Amino acid sequence: MAQYMFLLFDNEDWYDQVTPEEWQRQMELHGEFTAAVVAAGASVLGGEALDRSSTASTVRQGDGEPLVTDGPFIETKEGLGGFYIIECKDLDQALALAKLCPSPNIEVRPVIPTGDGTSAPA
Amino acid sequence: MGSSAREVASWVEGAHREYWATVLTAAVRVTRDLDLAEDCAQDAFVRALRAWPDGVPENPAGWLVTVVRRLALDRLRRETTLRRKLPLLIEDPVAAEDDERPTDPLRLVFTCCHPALARDSQVALTLRLICGLTTREVAAGLLISEATAAARITRAKKKIAAAGIPYRIPTDEELPARLDAVLTVVHLVYTAGHVAAGPELTRTDLTGRAIGLARLLVRLMPAEPEPQALLGLLLMTQARGNARVSQDGELVLLADQDRSRWDARMIAEGVSRATAALQQGHGRFALQAAIAGLHVTAPSWERTDWTQVVRMYDAMLVGWPSPIVELNRAAAHSLVPGADLTAVLRELDALGNQSALKSYAYLPAARADVLARLGRPDEAVRAYDEAIALTVNEAERRFLHRRRASLLSAAPSA
Repeated sequence: MAQYMFLLFDNEDWYDQVTPEEWQRQMELHGEFTAAVVAAGASVLGGEALDRSSTASTVRQGDGEPLVTDGPFIETKEGLGGFYIIECKDLDQALALAKLCPSPNIEVRPVIPTGDGTSAPA
Repeated sequence: MGSSAREVASWVEGAHREYWATVLTAAVRVTRDLDLAEDCAQDAFVRALRAWPDGVPENPAGWLVTVVRRLALDRLRRETTLRRKLPLLIEDPVAAEDDERPTDPLRLVFTCCHPALARDSQVALTLRLICGLTTREVAAGLLISEATAAARITRAKKKIAAAGIPYRIPTDEELPARLDAVLTVVHLVYTAGHVAAGPELTRTDLTGRAIGLARLLVRLMPAEPEPQALLGLLLMTQARGNARVSQDGELVLLADQDRSRWDARMIAEGVSRATAALQQGHGRFALQAAIAGLHVTAPSWERTDWTQVVRMYDAMLVGWPSPIVELNRAAAHSLVPGADLTAVLRELDALGNQSALKSYAYLPAARADVLARLGRPDEAVRAYDEAIALTVNEAERRFLHRRRASLLSAAPSA
């Protein structure tokens, strides 16, 4: 089994326009997604919705004093709106599950195991 | 009873060409690590160079596989003490159990052409891992720097391991899309060799490698029509290779080629492959093979069944629409006896707005041809100038210059 992070990128204007019914419906879609992951023999190890990128703060730690700036580290047209940690067989299964995820853009990133005895990635 | 070093080297080279993928995948089976397996496979061929002067084994593939397995086991024993940097290849548990795996090279093909890898990387990785080309050869074949080729290959191999791209044959459900990606890569390898940029018109090695890859796919997936169609298409294109370049190195267009110089044996095989594929369906490569077949079986350029060629392009446009297919269709349409050339010119002009064709030399070249036939030499000359500026192939450039010059020397238009 391998672990993948799904990074969900979406148009943030949606937050400003969403009605309570639409929000409710979106939550149901995520519930259905979680059920589909489990039905596929994989599991959801974690996941949350994130507030819009205008609420983000970034801490940059260079050589001098840490610098705190307003906003996300990377400005993108579509904002990072949520994430999942999925455990599944391989990338093919991860990509198949990502296709079921209710978000227009999903970046799939392998999670590096960091338990005892692991080494830095090559 | 030793053999000369040169003889042995050529035997080993032949075996390398024929069995590289088999030997590499035998090593992968033991190591489940591409880099390690590659080292072992290279080592096995080095050992063949040393051992074969005493006599080439009766079954060279079997000899190489036995040697590579032993080498891989040795390496694995030594390296288990080292901390492993990359995760192992992920295999299907069922597949890992069966003992005889003649389809192993197919797993590797699908892994190299996985959609999670960029197309450029798929091509480079296929040449490296399936054909066994060195990084330098990959770079020379694709006209990229050695550093770029090395970076593409290394990055792709790391992604396969780190992201968990599985080492397996896709399920029936996934197969059509995944197979199409593999065939596209093989076709790209052929095209890279066939329309080589730079001074020489073809790089024989890449075209030969692509045909070898297509043969491998046909052997490994005998029930699938599209690999057959691709092999047929490549053979029918390759068969015209001799006639494509004149003795002084000039490009000769299909229209002007001496058809007696075509390779009849290759055409016969190509046509029979294409026919077999077409009986099972009209896939993307089956239709392209059908068009190639119409060309190679025509007695002359003029007597080609252009109406049927246009029909095949129409079928392609339904399933796989693309500006390049539209361009080819328009060019074929202009050759149907009695075609309305003004209408064809309008089609070509409309294609000029497509961004995909903006830097494509064949579009202005096709316009130039139609304009010349419409008796509008001044505009034709300007279109040839555009085409000349766009082509990256020296022989093509000389050809376009000749066509342009023939217009200038013809009687001026009224």
